[in-house]
Amino acid sequence: MRHIRTLVTASAMLLASVSAYAQTTVTIGTVNNSDMVVMKELSKKFEESHPNIKLNWVVLEENVLRQRLTTDIATKSGQFDVMTIGLYEAPMWGKLGWLAPFENPPDSYRIDDVLKSVRDGLAVDGKQYALPFYAESQMTFYRKDLFDAAGLTMPEEPKWTDIERFAEKLNNPNKGIYGICLRGKPGWGENVGQITPAANGFGARWFDMDWKPQLTSPEWKAALTTYTGLLKKYGPPGAASNGFNENLALFASGNCAMWIDATVAASFLADQNQSTVIGKVGYAMSPYGTSKTGYHYLWAWALGVPVSSKSKAAAQEFIYWATSPEYIKLVASTRGWAAVPPGTRTSTYASKEYLDAAPFAKMTLKSIESTDLRNPTKDKVPYYGIGFVGIPEFQSLGTTAGQEFTAVLTGEKTVDQALGNVQKFTERTMKEAGYIK
Amino acid sequence: MRKSLAVRIANFVIGWSAAIVFFFPIFWMALTAFKTEPAAIATPPKLLFSPTMINMRAVLDSADYLHFFQNSLIISCAATLLAIILGTPAAYAMAFFPGGRTKDVLVWMLSTKMMPAVGVLVPIYLIFRDAGLLDTHVGLIAIYTLMNLPIVVWLIYTFFKDIPKDLIEAARMDGARPLSQFFFLLLPLTAPGFASTGLLSVIFIWNEAFWSINLTVTNATPLTAFIASFSSPQGLFWAKLSAASLLAIAPIMLLGWLTQKQLVRGLTFGAVK
Amino acid sequence: MAKDTQSKARGPAVRTGPLMAPAVSLLVLWMIVPLAMTIYFSTLRYSLLQPDAVSFVGISNYIFFFQDPALWTSIVNTLSLVGGVLVASIAIGTLLAVVFYETFPGASIARLLVVAPFFVMPTVAALIWKNLLMHPVNGLFAFFARSLGLPPVDWFSSLPLTSIGIIVTWQWAPFATLILLTAIQSLDREQLEAARMDGARGLTLFYHITLPHLARAIGVVAMIEAIFLLSIFAEILVTTNGGPGSATTTLPYLIYKTALLDFNVGMASTGGIMAVVLANIVGFFLIRTISRNLDS
Repeated sequence: MRHIRTLVTASAMLLASVSAYAQTTVTIGTVNNSDMVVMKELSKKFEESHPNIKLNWVVLEENVLRQRLTTDIATKSGQFDVMTIGLYEAPMWGKLGWLAPFENPPDSYRIDDVLKSVRDGLAVDGKQYALPFYAESQMTFYRKDLFDAAGLTMPEEPKWTDIERFAEKLNNPNKGIYGICLRGKPGWGENVGQITPAANGFGARWFDMDWKPQLTSPEWKAALTTYTGLLKKYGPPGAASNGFNENLALFASGNCAMWIDATVAASFLADQNQSTVIGKVGYAMSPYGTSKTGYHYLWAWALGVPVSSKSKAAAQEFIYWATSPEYIKLVASTRGWAAVPPGTRTSTYASKEYLDAAPFAKMTLKSIESTDLRNPTKDKVPYYGIGFVGIPEFQSLGTTAGQEFTAVLTGEKTVDQALGNVQKFTERTMKEAGYIK
Repeated sequence: MRKSLAVRIANFVIGWSAAIVFFFPIFWMALTAFKTEPAAIATPPKLLFSPTMINMRAVLDSADYLHFFQNSLIISCAATLLAIILGTPAAYAMAFFPGGRTKDVLVWMLSTKMMPAVGVLVPIYLIFRDAGLLDTHVGLIAIYTLMNLPIVVWLIYTFFKDIPKDLIEAARMDGARPLSQFFFLLLPLTAPGFASTGLLSVIFIWNEAFWSINLTVTNATPLTAFIASFSSPQGLFWAKLSAASLLAIAPIMLLGWLTQKQLVRGLTFGAVK
Repeated sequence: MAKDTQSKARGPAVRTGPLMAPAVSLLVLWMIVPLAMTIYFSTLRYSLLQPDAVSFVGISNYIFFFQDPALWTSIVNTLSLVGGVLVASIAIGTLLAVVFYETFPGASIARLLVVAPFFVMPTVAALIWKNLLMHPVNGLFAFFARSLGLPPVDWFSSLPLTSIGIIVTWQWAPFATLILLTAIQSLDREQLEAARMDGARGLTLFYHITLPHLARAIGVVAMIEAIFLLSIFAEILVTTNGGPGSATTTLPYLIYKTALLDFNVGMASTGGIMAVVLANIVGFFLIRTISRNLDS
């Protein structure tokens, strides 16, 4: 009841604040992930309370959306007013002056409530270029029932050697249970996004302070050997083409004993429309090797407004609504607490209802809070990003690296060959782009 | 003509095996559309299950199917019509009044299709932006007209070539003017050819996913964009994608099947003789 | 190739110029404008993500592109994929054309079913095949293999290019079947009977009568298919992302990656020009063969 009243008050306030605008259309480009689909459905409430704003939705899959938004913003076409972008793009685009900063958020927005590691990741030089819709990190999912049956205990902060030991014990292909599931599908947002934090956890880095590629270092070798070795020995067949969804499908249908991936997977594994392992899932931190810096990534989907937009004020108004504490309460009251967008606000994690509904919440918060986007590795680096490198060239580097890493999995190449190739390609690209001579 | 029993059995077996093999993935997709997400990927696969409308409802609720369908229909029909109107005179000229260079022109026309779309996205996008064509029906219709024009010209050209020469000579002897010759003789003779050229062109446009997604936002988005909003989200999606695909291909499949005889005839009427 | 708006034909009662002009001039525009812009962009360092750093670099994009070790692999992959799918789809199409030439119980329904895959969108086809059929754990093929006591095939790891070829063939074989089926309808049954009287049977009959009759139709199929196949990337994108290694990186995929993953417009334009050259080489051979029969 209290929520509803807050909601009504908030809506009334917002209504008052926007009544000055003429009828405006706001076009929103977003990914087709389930949290965004919920936002689209609930946005009718926003339109009700803001009769002067009409929302147009463009929902696309991630790859297609990224190419669509980048083309639009880079050519200043102004087709979109609200863009759903990641931690990778936001600082880059903000620095280029492509995004309109959020100045003076309303007090009711409580910007200090937004998790600091996420908020800082979306700001450049003190200016906030995007506001987080949801955020995620990595963690280890494991099957408590299998662990109990085998008499094993998962530590809260496992090492890769622990994971290997468990995987060996639990791997039972004849029964359709594989020791470990990890991403093998090539792509800068697929296997590279997972292997890079793993490499950080062994003390490796992509570049030194002079932008010299470091891929042939012993740390990288250790990391890639561990990751691919595990998957080759105890992974499911077809691991080389498994991405997030394929692994989710495997784990949700009971084929994996352990899985290390995005924290949001926890909500899918607890959803009875998706999962057959409800109540059997345990959560632990992502494993590390020799270093505890940057061994799990931070990713956020955030909303920003391009400067080319013709209705910036209305667009920002919508974003304040969609990332507000009131929105989170609205989701909780209509969809249940387990469905609220995770990883953005301290108040979410202070709510007892949320902690009760989401047993994975504490682990998610711990994972997210222990990341630092701008100091991602043991040794200093000139870039931001934990599972990626925050430079425009990274998509190219990551795509090639992904293909090479997958070739190790299929046995086509050795770890040394693959890393050597990535090193050469990276040197070539960085030379062409003028970072190094 | 008598055929040995063995040959007939062989034809039956091969024909039906091929039908099953080729149709099976679509059949499986259609089944999946009515399963729950976990059931869609269950091993062993479930053949017997209680069908659910949950995916269909989810798909229809979250996107305005009719809007996309309407756009697909308008764009594919308009572009096809335009391509035929533009292509027919050229095909007519080349088929009945060939010059020394006719062959080269035909070949050149096809060669305009060789530039990969991904390579020219940025130039085209800039042109569209400056011309105000982004997210308009007109813009997409223009692109598809140009893309399909070469194929339309080729097909119509081959239909025209297939008309017996004596018929045309006879008409000319009777003093029929070219225009009436065209309307009263050629058009009726090649009507099936036109129908099937049109159908083929509609299918190509219906399934074209690159330009249709990259040049539209909301107004002019066709069904390919509808599909792109159900493909590969985070979470299990194969049942929902199957439902969406079923909705997207159903109209075109129905159209294709209804006119399959025309299609078969038209595709090769002239090319083959 | 020269444009020809003014036919040199002798004595037509019609001036062909005005008839040809609309189609030809539009296509000239459609070819020249993007081509000119692409050639221009290919001489620039132009990243969509750094629009302020655009500068003229001459042919250095081309040099860089030629030094890319993935380039030659990708050309070989493109040719194998196009060649393989062409051969497979035409072989299947020919066989099915011969089979459906005869009537048997349910032939018309079976024919409808064979044609169906042609109507499915490429991305959907690839996603369905990858996850519901070919997946080595959840897929249906793996289930069949296991029921027969065989180890399931790990399609996209052990046979990546072949797997993509299978998906593409599934989409295009119906097209070949359709065209060849019509072609074969016009086969002279009397000629066939006569040959049979002379003692020709089975394969001989097919080889000496049916196949020559189909030659031209096969040419048309090959040409239209080749033009479409030379630019496919969607199937690769959703299944293997060009991997493992560069086993499934084709030239169109390489251009896709450069243009829309790296947003390197200069380099992608260079790739586009390369693709045009490659397509013209392939097209040259195909089209020469076909255009020989055009006027007959």
